[in-house]
Amino acid sequence: MRVHVVAAVAALSVLGLGCERKPTTAEPVKPPETAGKDKPKPADAKPADSAVILLGEVGSLTGSEAAFGVSTQNGIELALEEANAAGGVKGKKLAVRVYDDQSKPEEAAAATTRLITQDKVVAILGEVASSNSLAMAPIAQEAKVPMVSPSSTNPKVTEVGDYIFRVCFIDPFQGFVMARYAHEELKFKKVAILTDKKSAYSEGLTEVFQRKFAEMGGKIVGVEAYAKGDTDFRAQLTNIKKLKPEGLYVPGYYQDVAIIAEQARELGLKVVMMGGDGWDSEKLFELGGSAVEGSFVSNHYSADDPSPRVQDFIKKYQAKFGAVPDSLAALGYDAANVTIEAMRRAPDLSGPSLRAAIAATRDFPGVAGTITLDEKRNPVKPAVVLTIEGGKFKYKSTIAP
Amino acid sequence: MYEFIQHLINGLAVGTIYALVALGYTMVYGVLKLINFAHGDVMMVGVYVGYAVAFLLGREAMGGLGAALLVFAVSMAACALLGFVIERFAYRPLRDKSRLTALITAIGISFALSYGFQLDFKVTVGGAEVTVLPGAAARRFPELIRPQEWLVLGDNDVIIWNWQVISFGIALALLAGLQVLVYRTRFGKAMRAVSHDHKVAALLGIPVDTVIAVTFMLGSALAAGAGILYAIKDKTIQPLMGVMVGLKAFVAAVIGGIGNLPGAVVGGLLLGLCEEFIVGYTASSWRDAVAFGFLIVVLLFRPEGLFGRVQAEKV
Repeated sequence: MRVHVVAAVAALSVLGLGCERKPTTAEPVKPPETAGKDKPKPADAKPADSAVILLGEVGSLTGSEAAFGVSTQNGIELALEEANAAGGVKGKKLAVRVYDDQSKPEEAAAATTRLITQDKVVAILGEVASSNSLAMAPIAQEAKVPMVSPSSTNPKVTEVGDYIFRVCFIDPFQGFVMARYAHEELKFKKVAILTDKKSAYSEGLTEVFQRKFAEMGGKIVGVEAYAKGDTDFRAQLTNIKKLKPEGLYVPGYYQDVAIIAEQARELGLKVVMMGGDGWDSEKLFELGGSAVEGSFVSNHYSADDPSPRVQDFIKKYQAKFGAVPDSLAALGYDAANVTIEAMRRAPDLSGPSLRAAIAATRDFPGVAGTITLDEKRNPVKPAVVLTIEGGKFKYKSTIAP
Repeated sequence: MYEFIQHLINGLAVGTIYALVALGYTMVYGVLKLINFAHGDVMMVGVYVGYAVAFLLGREAMGGLGAALLVFAVSMAACALLGFVIERFAYRPLRDKSRLTALITAIGISFALSYGFQLDFKVTVGGAEVTVLPGAAARRFPELIRPQEWLVLGDNDVIIWNWQVISFGIALALLAGLQVLVYRTRFGKAMRAVSHDHKVAALLGIPVDTVIAVTFMLGSALAAGAGILYAIKDKTIQPLMGVMVGLKAFVAAVIGGIGNLPGAVVGGLLLGLCEEFIVGYTASSWRDAVAFGFLIVVLLFRPEGLFGRVQAEKV
């Protein structure tokens, strides 16, 4: 009997500990199982003297937003590889330590504490989801370690403090872009909203879209809510169908959106769906199939952009990862590059000097738009509107702030 | 009126899945007095097995009756085996220990399955890459039944699809099969005897270990069946899909009176319909609060569940 128990426990622990990914420059560890157990290598204990400069990354490598985390990590990895090939920073190579937060805010907070106190990273990159970034930001601010979020669009994220930055536009702008597009280009009069009440991102977009669309003279006929992780949206969609809207704004994440689209078609709800950058993943087409066709989304960048800066990035990314980069990958790449460029400019890599250097970012040529950080540590840059055609995002128009 | 019908259809579809999963909870509780918290994750494993079978059969085979039957059969058999292994190696060695030990083990297995399945683990066998663990990303479940409108009411007001009808039929068939097995066969009698008192049952020569093992296998196979129905309905599958369904089904089992078979079915249907109508006619953000609030209310007035004592016979 005892042998069986031991065997079962051993099998389980192998499963549990196996949750590590192995990218070349990264050494991710899942915090809960291994926290406290693994001894930091000498290199991590005294980063100032070591040959590498360690950056931290917190990402959703598993869980419901896994596709976002993986794309972002790929982008960051590519940026670091290029920086190291160009001689690193201040004569030292760069490395990134990645912790998986399983798409959960509490795990993201734990990972941040660990990066700061144990790994002593000079800066933190992450997270994608605003809810997770909001859990991390107070910790980074307290410890005076700069944090650069690649793609958290909720305004509250950078409001936490002067050590928190981002390289993407913010929700009010994204909500405004879609409201204007729905009103001016699509000429919609009646729009319903289906929002994820558990997500700061979704709520933020909903709030702005609702206000702006009404100001422009449109009518919001109904707002229904779901919670991230639901798989049955038929009840809400049945209610929406009754209201007969022309458009349905679903500012959620790709996995939920795909199911929503599918179930809307199943219920015979013929309506044009609209969304935000949360839709941006190849998974949307795999999961949603033809149901997402003809929808419109606001986004950070388009792979159709002919500029050499973007095409060059796409080529390098494709060579390394065998896929067209989505905007999460582009923003991960931009976040890492903004940080690296600031590290080159900063007199030293202490928190306050690096913070000042990042805050001074002006006209940085990012692949998802040129980045100039304003006094609120948010970049000012245009958004693109894309439509879905033949299982692909197609560029429609660019809307400037 | 049309919305009411639509809500009713939606609620029934969710409810039958809760009912099938709840049966597994209730059967295992009946014979072991154990809440098998890994049950929802066993369902998830069943779905992935079904996915693998459908994948191997190829896209052309989808929509055929044989393919669908094969998916159900293999997935249910695989889960029966998984149920057997879990019972044999995780729960049986702990049967004499305190009940809490087994409960914690159940939670451990639940985590091991749901997070283990989030790993990307592939092996190369003879040049072909074989996926052993699927990874965290959601996948689209193949169309086992080619969707066709079965009945359209009004001006496209309510559409009933063929797969909804077929799924409902399959759920009813599984329920009926279980009913016959438990109340009409020798094994069912032995199972009921074990649930009454397994010490006395053992004294009377009933092979208690075998009965418990088979109960686990049955419950797990039902979960696999429910899982495939769930995947046909919601089309997207991912390793954490079993967690919430498992929790809701557990609530359904407790509402119905845990250990009681008809109770689990009624509890499941009640919970499914209740959730649907709450979203339909009040605020949509209340769904989960109501599901668990419902549990509290039932337990306040009937701590033994709706059917807990009325029907003294447990399984």
